[in-house]
Amino acid sequence: MTVQEIGRPRRRKEDTKLLTGRTQWTDNLSRPGMLHVMFLRSPMAHARITRVDVSGARDLPGVVAAFSGQDLADEQGSLPCAWPVTEDIVIPDHPPMAVSEVRYVGEAVACVIATDRYRAADALDAIEVDYEPLPAVLDMEEALAPDSPKVHEAGNKAYSMKTVSGDIETAFRGAPVVIERTFRQQRLIPTAMEPRAVLADTDGESFTVYSSTQIPHVLRVMLAVVTGIPEHKLRVIAPDVGGGFGSKLQVTAEEVLCLVLARKLGRPVKWTESRSEGNLTVHHGRDQIQRLRLAADADGRIRGLKVELLADMGAYLLLLTPGVPLLGASMFNAIYKMDAYEFACTGVFTTKMPTDAYRGAGRPEATFGIERMMDELAAELNLDPLEVRRRNWIKHEEFPYTTISGLTYDSGNYEAATERALSLFGYDKLRAEQADRRDRGDPVQLGIGVSTYTEMCGLAPSRLLAEARFGAGGWEHGAVRMLPTGKVEVVTGSSPHGQGHVTSWSQIVADALGVPFEDVTVLHGDTAIAPKGMDTYGSRSLVVGGIAVLKACEKVKDKARTLAAHLLECSPDDLEFEAGTFKVRGTDSAKTIQELAYAAFTAHDLPDGVEPRLDSEVTFDPETYSFPHGTHLCAVEVDTETGQTRIRSYVAVDDIGKVINPLIVNGQLHGGIAQGIAQALFEEAVYDAEGNLLTTTMADYLLPSAADLPGFTLDRTETPSTTNPLGVKGVGEAGTIASTPAVVNAVVDALRPYGINDVQMPCTPERIWRALQERAQEGVRP
Amino acid sequence: MPRITVTVDGVKYEEDVEPRLLLVHLLRERLGKTGTPVGCDTSNCGACTVMLDGKSVKSCSVLAVQADGCDVVTIEGLGANGQMHPMQRAFHEEHALQCGYCTPGMVMAAIDLLREDPEPSEETIRQGLEGNLCRCTGYCNIVRAVRKGAQEMGQAVSTS
Repeated sequence: MTVQEIGRPRRRKEDTKLLTGRTQWTDNLSRPGMLHVMFLRSPMAHARITRVDVSGARDLPGVVAAFSGQDLADEQGSLPCAWPVTEDIVIPDHPPMAVSEVRYVGEAVACVIATDRYRAADALDAIEVDYEPLPAVLDMEEALAPDSPKVHEAGNKAYSMKTVSGDIETAFRGAPVVIERTFRQQRLIPTAMEPRAVLADTDGESFTVYSSTQIPHVLRVMLAVVTGIPEHKLRVIAPDVGGGFGSKLQVTAEEVLCLVLARKLGRPVKWTESRSEGNLTVHHGRDQIQRLRLAADADGRIRGLKVELLADMGAYLLLLTPGVPLLGASMFNAIYKMDAYEFACTGVFTTKMPTDAYRGAGRPEATFGIERMMDELAAELNLDPLEVRRRNWIKHEEFPYTTISGLTYDSGNYEAATERALSLFGYDKLRAEQADRRDRGDPVQLGIGVSTYTEMCGLAPSRLLAEARFGAGGWEHGAVRMLPTGKVEVVTGSSPHGQGHVTSWSQIVADALGVPFEDVTVLHGDTAIAPKGMDTYGSRSLVVGGIAVLKACEKVKDKARTLAAHLLECSPDDLEFEAGTFKVRGTDSAKTIQELAYAAFTAHDLPDGVEPRLDSEVTFDPETYSFPHGTHLCAVEVDTETGQTRIRSYVAVDDIGKVINPLIVNGQLHGGIAQGIAQALFEEAVYDAEGNLLTTTMADYLLPSAADLPGFTLDRTETPSTTNPLGVKGVGEAGTIASTPAVVNAVVDALRPYGINDVQMPCTPERIWRALQERAQEGVRP
Repeated sequence: MPRITVTVDGVKYEEDVEPRLLLVHLLRERLGKTGTPVGCDTSNCGACTVMLDGKSVKSCSVLAVQADGCDVVTIEGLGANGQMHPMQRAFHEEHALQCGYCTPGMVMAAIDLLREDPEPSEETIRQGLEGNLCRCTGYCNIVRAVRKGAQEMGQAVSTS
């Protein structure tokens, strides 16, 4: 009797090296003759560069070369944007090192290449740069005014777009309830624990780039396009990568420049960022102003929703910058039925670090917007926030359901997840305590926050990406090779950086081929070893990459069956496959898959037309997205005297379909919820009035520590996805998408008796305290 | 250039170092001990935590010259006889790591925490690890692992 691997809490294969310090972070790598590059970065948010003199640096000991942006102008190319979301989008030229103008603090203006990083740092001080200041452009609304200073010659609007479904005017005309709110999605810094690092190596003819990246395959194509190095002379390796959260889904200036410098100098060139450099120049996330209008009937039924976004692009368009807010375009309507929906978005240039994907990318913003509005609607109608959701959500018997924004949700059961969450949370008891504290005028008020979210995972069907004007496809590749000794080598185009794909893929393969979990190894993250791939982001790895591996296993099994039938002298239809063995029905005659792998290796006796070796590969393009959902409930205590918020309990019941490894799934949810809480309560990238980033260190940019967070109570319902053979949905971003509105709804719920119906994120003690003071001065008393 | 003598993971080294050289750079770039990573430059994240004469320090905030005559233990020197330390095993068992970048420092800080409180409560663990940041796990499984590691270390002491 074999134990099924799928569903087992397998301890990870990845852990040993990580726990014993035998990792290969990019910064650990060294090459003979390797040089270190450091960049001089702009201290001005916006300025014309009038002079750069690197000669002082060139004369210093250990310095091999120093260059300005002008010195590299003809060979550095322009950083790519792969998502021209509209026909008339403005995509400005984006030199990796600024040539004539800087547009954000931290933009590289010159570099030093030296024999070690201390010498390189010393030499940066000897570079002279003269700037002619230009006005900073920091506020999106001001940036769109006709008299605003311009970030780029073409103006400050990158694009604007609008879609309407249903009769939006009728939905709003005469609606008994119209709620209007403006929310701010603050700017965040993704902050993977491993700072970025790049090593570009060359043998004089071909190039290898090691980078702490989520996207080695995309990076290879893009580096070839940007630098002109032929793609077949370029290999990209993502060694061990210490987290990404979207921040390493990028083609960075430093990756391009290391490669350009290695080509120019003919030597290996390495760069490792410092954290403060990273806070300035790793792409930022979120940063939207969301103007929402919701029309409802008197019983709380939603008639229509209008969404108007201003999205801060920052100074340039990076790889996916303009598309990120649009990933929320189909998600503001969320799990709710409505008659009409309008979505409009304007991308705005400012003199700040460009924004791009950060965990959830567009979907957390959308979920926050709608889930905050549902609570506001409930408050307006004096309904329980879950009751107003129940009156609007898609019922489990209504799936598959095509939403107002045009997506077809294949499956879901919002009722079941909510019921489970309510019972784990002790909802009624907490509401009673809340009422009691309100009655007593307790200075510590209790707030209860609800978030019933869905999201779209598995980016993405290539056909749909084409409709969205995205520059690439969304397929994934998997190869499965039975080795002569019966072990299995799996090659995946997914590129993990903490997710545990080696373990999960091993579980899938062990079940599919009937081989031991221990007998499977998984290779990834090197364009020479795993030549085809579209990499890891958008909760796509399992639902696209994992399915590719499963399908490759099926092909291996088909071939094994043909071979087994030949060797056992029977029809393939007479064979049954169980636990890795093909058996002739009703007899003891059998061949194990390992025996068949060996037979396919010797190739002494193969049927006509069958090639040697038992292996196969599949490139899989999904037909649609998957739609995880769940109900998150958060209870907070807000001290109305200090403004301090403490999370008292947090319950998350998620439905991510079939689970491959519950240990890994819970880990993804824990971390995701923590990041969403961080947006709600702690984190914000702050620029001052001159465009200087004030949060350049971890002392200023408040990543929550263990002491800042509670434990989480997790459970799951399981409604399998009907659109893939495993029934899986994806889990990497769910926690982050769900938790931010749950926490902010809880904070606002605690403060509603004080006349407060919104607190801008992060809901810091100061913001809450100030809001309470303002209301008190206005005479509002609970 | 000052000459220092330092023992790292049981091996004695004599090195000429610039006075400004950080201990973490000595470990990583001179001695090849790349198991200790650098996560920030302001001693906030704790990824670079090592034991210096039995107490945890953030090795990005210690000069190599300050380690002269000292005994340094890094994550690479924690196990014995090819076996992982009970705390390393507990992190594996409880899935207390994902990307693993904070893990070396987190494990060292966890062991140091137990010097003062061999049977810490959840609250003590959360407070005690405040100087070590993790972006992946939300800390839930780290707290579990530290409790489990503490139990196993306690049993190892009581049976020895």
